[in-house]
Formats: sequence, structure tokens, C-alpha cells
Amino acid sequence: MTLTTTAPAELSVSAPTTAEGDRPTGPRALRHVLVLARRNLIKTIRTPEQFIDVTLQPVTFLLLFAYVFGGAISGGSRHQYLEFLLPGMLGQSVALGSIALGQNLKADIEKGVFDRFRSLPIARSAPLVAAVIADFARYLLLCVILVGFGYVMGFRIATDPLSLIAALALSIAFALCFCWISVFVGMKARTSGSVQGIMFLLVLPLSFGSSTFVETSTMPGWLQAFVKVNPISHLVGAVRGLMLGGPVGSNLAWTFAWMAALLVVFVPLALRGYARHA
Amino acid sequence: MTFAIHAEGLTKRFGDNQALAGVDLAAREGTVLGLLGPNGAGKTTAVRILATLLAADSGQATVAGFDVRTDPRRVREHIGLTGQYASVDDDLTGTQNLVMIGQLLDLRGVEARRRARELLEWFDLTEAADRMAKTYSGGMRRRLDLAASLVGRPAVIFLDEPTTGLDPSKREDMWGVIRNLVADGSTVLLTTQYLAEADALADEITVIDRGRVIAGGPPDQLKRVLGGQRLSVRPADLGQRDELRRLLAVIGHGEPAEEGRDGLTVSVEGDDVLPDVVAALRSAGIRVTELSLHLPSLDEVFFSLTGRSEAAHQSTDRTTEKEPVA
Repeated sequence: MTLTTTAPAELSVSAPTTAEGDRPTGPRALRHVLVLARRNLIKTIRTPEQFIDVTLQPVTFLLLFAYVFGGAISGGSRHQYLEFLLPGMLGQSVALGSIALGQNLKADIEKGVFDRFRSLPIARSAPLVAAVIADFARYLLLCVILVGFGYVMGFRIATDPLSLIAALALSIAFALCFCWISVFVGMKARTSGSVQGIMFLLVLPLSFGSSTFVETSTMPGWLQAFVKVNPISHLVGAVRGLMLGGPVGSNLAWTFAWMAALLVVFVPLALRGYARHA
Repeated sequence: MTFAIHAEGLTKRFGDNQALAGVDLAAREGTVLGLLGPNGAGKTTAVRILATLLAADSGQATVAGFDVRTDPRRVREHIGLTGQYASVDDDLTGTQNLVMIGQLLDLRGVEARRRARELLEWFDLTEAADRMAKTYSGGMRRRLDLAASLVGRPAVIFLDEPTTGLDPSKREDMWGVIRNLVADGSTVLLTTQYLAEADALADEITVIDRGRVIAGGPPDQLKRVLGGQRLSVRPADLGQRDELRRLLAVIGHGEPAEEGRDGLTVSVEGDDVLPDVVAALRSAGIRVTELSLHLPSLDEVFFSLTGRSEAAHQSTDRTTEKEPVA
């Protein structure tokens, strides 16, 4: 054992101190976030099962809905239903995909890793912001897989590639706002397992009670009222418009409004929950 | 006198549980303060407050000269924290764990990697440097965890039960590391349930129980204050045991207690009592195979302070010290 030897004396890197002494700002804070985001990416890549919810799961949903319900829902034209379904699936999948984030954060806290981060002179928000940013990679993968698989099944965009990219960018941007709900639940839930339970309760009504799977006009009036304010409906409407053509404006505006609202409400709540976490 | 850690009247309540009910602590620079107490005594809560992870309900504390309440960021620049459960990242390698901490402490990439290499070498983890931490043994994880808390060369190091769950030889290794840290000028606050550990490492010991300080001082003084020295005698002839018992009752304080198979022990006062004991034994004609004078073990001290034996605490529910999650 070399444990009993003293620390090498030539180490004279002085303990880092901030010149301004106050909260880390600007480039320093950004660097901390990137270092932590890299950690999250390494962790995700090393546990491939973490990708199931953004790869196999949406593909399974796509297959089930297109081939099991597709014929009945569309009244025969499976291809027509696929055109309708796939843009909608993006909204549902990013909402479901956000669940893992809160779960992982809670697991990190349970393990004590975040105690170490909290004892370092970095911004308290850095670990949370980093986790959200690292989730970007998962959502990107989700988009590529879903659209790629849809293409194999026969889906074709009716607009241009630029609109497709805009649609995917919008979905990912929405995901990065929506996932703060998951972060917040992760800060509040008692275990990482209960994060999943709580988020499912929230995400399932939001994703099915939307225009994702069937036309809103087939639903009872009270449900239509819910579907019309549902942020997922607005996202899906905007994505459909961008991929298949048709009006986009109002849905896009509503989607942006919802994104802003999600950030304004859930980022401070999540940060407060995190700061209070004993 | 400069205190690296100084706390006065810390209180903290979780729901119905008064975790801390007015705790004072003080550690001089370059010393080890042992915070000793059973599970649920409030040790971890005290450490979390001093490490700025938790705000006290009342009381004030400074660490490395900075107020934990008003200047937490400064405090964080000067502390290292090793938690009760090794808080290394399982999915990262040993090197990645340490480099990440270095980068978060604003070391440049090259410096962070060099510092990681040095620490891995120091903690005998060089061969495991590129393996994920999840493949490490318990002792290796503890060492990596401690290494992670030393990346920034902290002036004050909090070690929350650093040897709980380690086997005895690994524990001795960890003790060696802690002694070296202090030799290099760091101040260490060490919480432990192991009396032997506090005895071996601490310059000062503060004993807390149920959120209150119940005793404090250097280990030797603590032992002396609590019942002076102990005289242990083992008669050569077991037939003389009752006679020996009567004699010891006269020489010492209180009733002699059984010790081992057929020895007897009693507390005595003064360092010059031994010649009198020898003379008394000779005139009574009692032959002995063993005769010793020593300070009581911290176990005995702890028992007399809390009225509970440490062995009983060991078996109590380990979750009692866990803070309820808000």
C-alpha cells in the first residue's frame, strides 16, 4: 500500500478561488455546465438501456398504432393514417422521453453524487441545466429514429427538407422546456421510482388527450375543450403543418407560448426544490 | 487561537425530530476534531450544515473563516466533503471522476488530469484508473471518494463516517491517510461511531447524543474526567477472589466490576495509587497474575455518558440518522 506515504510536496497548484468571489458567471458558469453535461452523456452512452424510451419504445408505438388501430381509425387507408400519426408521435414521444430525466436526477441525488456538486463552488443550477442539455442528444436520436423508421414504413413529407428540420427542431425545443416538469418532479418525489409513476399520470392524459392519434372532431365536446388547450396538441398541429403543409401560424404561436410558460413556471420551481433538497 | 471550524448554538429540526438542539463545535487549524455519537445523534446533520448543504434553523458557524450562512460560496472554495455513502459516479472511471471535479474547480484540462493522476497514485488506484467506479471494491470506492474531496486541496475536510463498513486493515489504511492530511496542514472534522477511531485520530473529541453536546475535550482528558483511571487485578488463586473484591472496594471508588473470566476492575484516583495497592495485596497475602492501571477505554466513557452501551447502538436502525426528504 502506498497510502501511508505523504502527498507529493511539489504539488503547488493553488486552491482555485474566484477573483470576484461571488457567484460564477458567464464563461465559467457555462464551462461548469458543459463539464457536467459531458458527464451525463458519458453515463447515458454507457447504459444503452437508457435509450430504449427514445428508440424502441416510440417505434413500437408507431407500429402498434399504424397496424393495429390504423385501419379502424382511418377507415381503411393505413398510409393516410401513417401520414397523420407520425408527426403526432413526435409530440408524444418527447413527452414520454422526458420522464427518464427526472428519474436519473433523483437517482443521482439518492446516491449522494449531487452532495459533492453542492459542496463545490459552482452555480447551484449547473447540474440541473447540464442534465437538460445532455438530454438534447436523446431527443435528437428520437427524432432521427422515428422519422427514419416512418420512412421505411412509407411516410413521406409533403413539404421540403427545411420544413422537416424546422419541425424536428421545434419538437426538440419543446422537449427541452417540457422536461423541466420532470426535473421538478424529480426534486420533489420520494424515490426515483415514484418519479416515473407521477410523470406517467401526467404524460398519458396529455399525449392521448391530444390530436396525436385521432381527429379532435371525433371526441365529445368537453374533451375537445381540453385537447384544444393541451400544449401537445399545439405542438403536434405545428409539426403536422410543417411536415404535411397547411397553416402553422397559430399552433406555432401557442407552442412558443406554452414553452415560455413551462420555463417560467417549472425552472424556478425545480431550482427551489433542488436547493432545498436536504 | 485560530479556529478552522467554529460553530455556536446550531439547531435544526426535521418535522418532529429535533436533530440538533444547540451544538457548539470548535476545531483549531491543523487538527482533527472527532464528532462522536450513536446513530441519530445529529452528526451528519451538523456536517451538512457546516458544508453548506443545509441551513441551520438558528446558531452561527464559520468554516475557514467564512460564515456558512452569508458566504457559502467562499466556504465551498475551501472545503472537501466525503459523505457517509461514497458519492463517486459509478458509470465514470476513476480518472474521469477526478478530472471532472478538477474541471469544476476551474483547473485547466492538463492540470486537472495531472492532479487526477497524482491522487490516483497516492491512493493506490493507478491500476484501476481507467475502470468504471462500479467495478471497484468498497475500500477502493472510499479511497476514490476521499481523493475526489481532495482535488482542490481543501483547507478543511469533512469526513462523515469514512470507515463505516470497511474491514479493519482498510480502516488502518484510511487512518494513515487522514494523519497525512493533517500533517500537511489540513483541518479535519471526522464523524464516527467507532470510539477507537476517535481515540486514534482526534486531537479533540466532541460527544453528541440526541442533538446535544454531552462531553468534549482531548481524548485523554475525556477519559480522565470520566472516572479517573481503572485498576485491573487478576488473582492467582480463585479462592481469594472475594477477599480481593473486599480489598478493592476499600481502595477504589464504587463496586469492583467483573473483568474477563476471573479478573476484577475498579476505578481509582491519582497516579500514585499503585504502590499502595501492591502493599495492601502483600499484607493481605493475595497473589496476583495480573495487575494494571490504565485510563478507561472510550467505550467505557461513552457508556457512562449516555447510559447506553455502544454495542446496543450498533444494532439500532441505521436509517434513524437519515433526514426526511422535504
